[in-house]
Amino acid sequence: MSEVAERTRPQEEIADETIALEHGMTSEEYARVCEILGRQPTVTEIGMYSVMWSEHCSYKSSRVHLETLPVEGAAVLQGPGENAGAVDLGDGIAGVFKVESHNHPSYIEPYQGAATGVGGILRDIITMGARPLALLDSLRFGELDHGRNRHLLDGVVGGIAGYGNCMGIPTVGGEICFDPSYDKNPLVNAMCFGIAPADRIVKAVADGVGNPVIYVGAKTGRDGIYGVSLLASATFDAEAAEKRPAVQVGDPFTEKVLMEACLELVEKDLLVGMQDFGGAGLTCAASEMASNSGNGMEIDVALVPRRETGLSPYEVMLSESQERMMLVTTPEMISDVMGIFGKWDLDAVVIGKVTDDGLLRVLDDGVVVAEVPAHSLAEDGPCYSRPYTIAATPATLSGAELPCEVAPGDVLHGLLRDPNIASKRWVFQQYDQTVRYNTVQRPGGEAAVIWLKEAGSDAAVAISLDGNPWYVELDARRGAQLAVAEACRNVACTGAKPLGITNCLNFGSPEIEERMGQFAAAVQGMGEACTALGVPVTGGNVSFYNETVETPILPTPVVGAVGRLDRYDASVRSGFAAAGDTVWMVGALEASDAGLGGSAYVRNFHDRKVGAPPAIDLELEARLQEFLVAAAGAGLLASAKDCSDGGFAVALAEACFATADAARTDAEQSAAPRSLLPGMFGANVEILACEDGLHAALFGEAASRALVSARGEDAVALAALAARYDVPIAAIGEVTAEARLRADVAGATVLEEDVQELYAAWSGALAQAMEND
Amino acid sequence: MRVGVVYYPGSNCEQDAVHACRLVGLDTTLVWHKQESLDGCDALIIAGGFSYGDHLRCGALARFSPVMKLVERFAAAGQPILGICNGFQILVEMGLLPGALLANDGLKFRCQDTRMQVERTDSPFTNACAEGQILRFNMAHYEGNYFADEATLADIEANGQVVMRFCGPDGERGVEHNPNGSIHDIAALRNRSGNVMGLMPHPERVLDSELGSSDGRLMFESLRNALTPSAPAEVAASVGPVEVSIDV
Repeated sequence: MSEVAERTRPQEEIADETIALEHGMTSEEYARVCEILGRQPTVTEIGMYSVMWSEHCSYKSSRVHLETLPVEGAAVLQGPGENAGAVDLGDGIAGVFKVESHNHPSYIEPYQGAATGVGGILRDIITMGARPLALLDSLRFGELDHGRNRHLLDGVVGGIAGYGNCMGIPTVGGEICFDPSYDKNPLVNAMCFGIAPADRIVKAVADGVGNPVIYVGAKTGRDGIYGVSLLASATFDAEAAEKRPAVQVGDPFTEKVLMEACLELVEKDLLVGMQDFGGAGLTCAASEMASNSGNGMEIDVALVPRRETGLSPYEVMLSESQERMMLVTTPEMISDVMGIFGKWDLDAVVIGKVTDDGLLRVLDDGVVVAEVPAHSLAEDGPCYSRPYTIAATPATLSGAELPCEVAPGDVLHGLLRDPNIASKRWVFQQYDQTVRYNTVQRPGGEAAVIWLKEAGSDAAVAISLDGNPWYVELDARRGAQLAVAEACRNVACTGAKPLGITNCLNFGSPEIEERMGQFAAAVQGMGEACTALGVPVTGGNVSFYNETVETPILPTPVVGAVGRLDRYDASVRSGFAAAGDTVWMVGALEASDAGLGGSAYVRNFHDRKVGAPPAIDLELEARLQEFLVAAAGAGLLASAKDCSDGGFAVALAEACFATADAARTDAEQSAAPRSLLPGMFGANVEILACEDGLHAALFGEAASRALVSARGEDAVALAALAARYDVPIAAIGEVTAEARLRADVAGATVLEEDVQELYAAWSGALAQAMEND
Repeated sequence: MRVGVVYYPGSNCEQDAVHACRLVGLDTTLVWHKQESLDGCDALIIAGGFSYGDHLRCGALARFSPVMKLVERFAAAGQPILGICNGFQILVEMGLLPGALLANDGLKFRCQDTRMQVERTDSPFTNACAEGQILRFNMAHYEGNYFADEATLADIEANGQVVMRFCGPDGERGVEHNPNGSIHDIAALRNRSGNVMGLMPHPERVLDSELGSSDGRLMFESLRNALTPSAPAEVAASVGPVEVSIDV
């Protein structure tokens, strides 16, 4: 090592420990770099180590926990470690998907922060050689009575729309929650799903010594320098606004053209490997590609196309300018590659070559400015077992502690108006949901359903992105179990069999023991649920340091689940389909825990965030999901909806108006139409008394339950199927043509509401909240 | 009989248009904007999307693409050209259709289903529709608010150039049924000679009732009728379920 270093000692200023500390490194990390190099690093080198060893890139605080997650399964084609995970969808099709956060940039500059978050996750999918088919977003904001939060929601939604719509990738789902803990730290998690031929997944490799390394896409500027180290790996402080230059600016048009060109190269088999310039830019792409192949790489930054003059090698290596890719091809194929980039009018330059010495050597017009082992940047980052404390599990909340004077009908109206539950049409309407013409189920259902038409298949995938942060706050382990269960249950409600999940783990500072405890417990719970449900984790993202000086966010693990349906035209929808159908409850019907802890009802009507989240029997959950898939496959389900936010009564109300809402064409956003919409139903149901009281029976969020409807003649078959899967089921009433929702307990009517009015409350609430300005 | 789907850097609906044409049995090919021949096409579709990233103004740059000289000649020769979404914007920028497309009322991108009533069936794109038929299409755009000055508008109306208008479920007109603010509820507009038509909603996204509606097939079947004049009358009858037409 020292001999090599002696021979090509970089001609650059030496970085001492003070400079390393200014880069956010610790003294130990600096000493480690000196040890690896056998000398002191240059300033460029310390910049490179600081970004690659940042929390965002190295997962140094999370790795020891993430390694416990189940990552293997029959359907897994690519587990964690590449740009995205992949599952086998049959017929030679790989489903490639991942979720990633872009939280801090979105607070500083909501439109560009969110836009580049979408751009980044799209490149992760494209880099795998996959054609992106769908986007979903999980968003968290403070409450909308603050103008600042409305501004953030408006900007983030605009940014997602501006980027995704221009790319021609439909945004088909996701979810949004509002809680004051996100006031100064909103969350923007973007998920992308794409498809590739299963035998042609592209990897981030630099195989073949002597092969050319190509830079293609946008020119490099100073934007986004330190994005991962300053923004993503440190707690926010009062000077957040001064970090605006670290937010990148997106150009979806360039990315669209880059995507088409890169996918054409994949189609024509002209690539050895591909990697996008994500966080940590050129440094990350070069070191990971070389390291993955056990090779080295030599690049000359003087050859990199620039947007502005005077960029130093340090800046070029650390820039996070968007819409750039690194490709490795062979000398034989290079003219074909350049021909395709010419067709698409893209800047493409050979900036270096693959070497056999394992070193990432950075030249500036031929002069060595950095030379470090590629593997040490990509793989040898620090790994910490940070100390943590896990909070004691709180006691289950009993109904007796929560006397409620508010009539059930008023509670139901109030819950439907809660922006956490209300229609998100105001948001989704700004997204192109139908481009590429694969969208079978648009936003608003249990899960998005996307037809795999482009692969010549009649199959479809169902995708859900979900996570209830209030549950995790109360009990991180159980909350994470519930998040996995709900995301997979949503997918199963459409009739799709869940095959794998991706996760985005948004937490506070890992350097605070309580937050680290939340993280550790959540990962444990997530792993337990994945094992029980047979769904491996194929990849994901960790976002720490989501806190301002005074408050951390609610711990927010978000789960993206992907499942497969045999036929795109046989998916089950969430809304009732026909009057006269029987309404059934299936799953944990006699749960010991009514699910009051963390529920929307208790948050809204008791202003309390106490108790334990709903208990969950993961074995029963697994059987319930298998039953839903089997019942859908047998054509027995007219509709299926899980009971979650707002409990049974909210699920029932939504099932009554979901079909009508999906069929709506009028332009009014903030109010229900004056006349009865086609597809609006009512229901008469009889429910069991609950020892926690009527409100608990109606609004408790007991886990592992689904509300389904079926034709009368299918009753025997449905009950028999449930018995076969050992899942409790009960016929509770029927769907009516008259749009009234009525629930009885022991013969007495406890809830009777006009569905049209419930729909008006639900459909207009978010638009009205946003029109406050 | 061959249909060409013209696309540019930034187009994103060209594959959907090809899919729709092929679904009704039309021989269809993609036409890249740098092409210097139309490959013997008998009709053209200008695809939707964000040509050149909507830089400067939607459709403003695409009109300078090399292939557009040929498109102009194609239009002058009376051959059918359909512009969908960004394609409509491009046709307007080229001057092949009158008026302009402004930002939507509400100044937001809007993706939703919308209803339109067919007023003219003497068109290569609507001959399979019944007069007064109400179609359910999907739309997704930011700049689809059709505008023309009074004189132009009077001209358009006098010449019967409005092919479809936005409407409610029973054909009723009103602001709540007009999704983008288009003047006179204009949803589909043709040139004076009727061979060039543009519309913002996407017929190529409504081909299968499982995905919302199959009404868009009517437009592609109309095109097939127009390109094969001897096509039997049952073409219209072969269309899937469509919404009942209401008296006009």
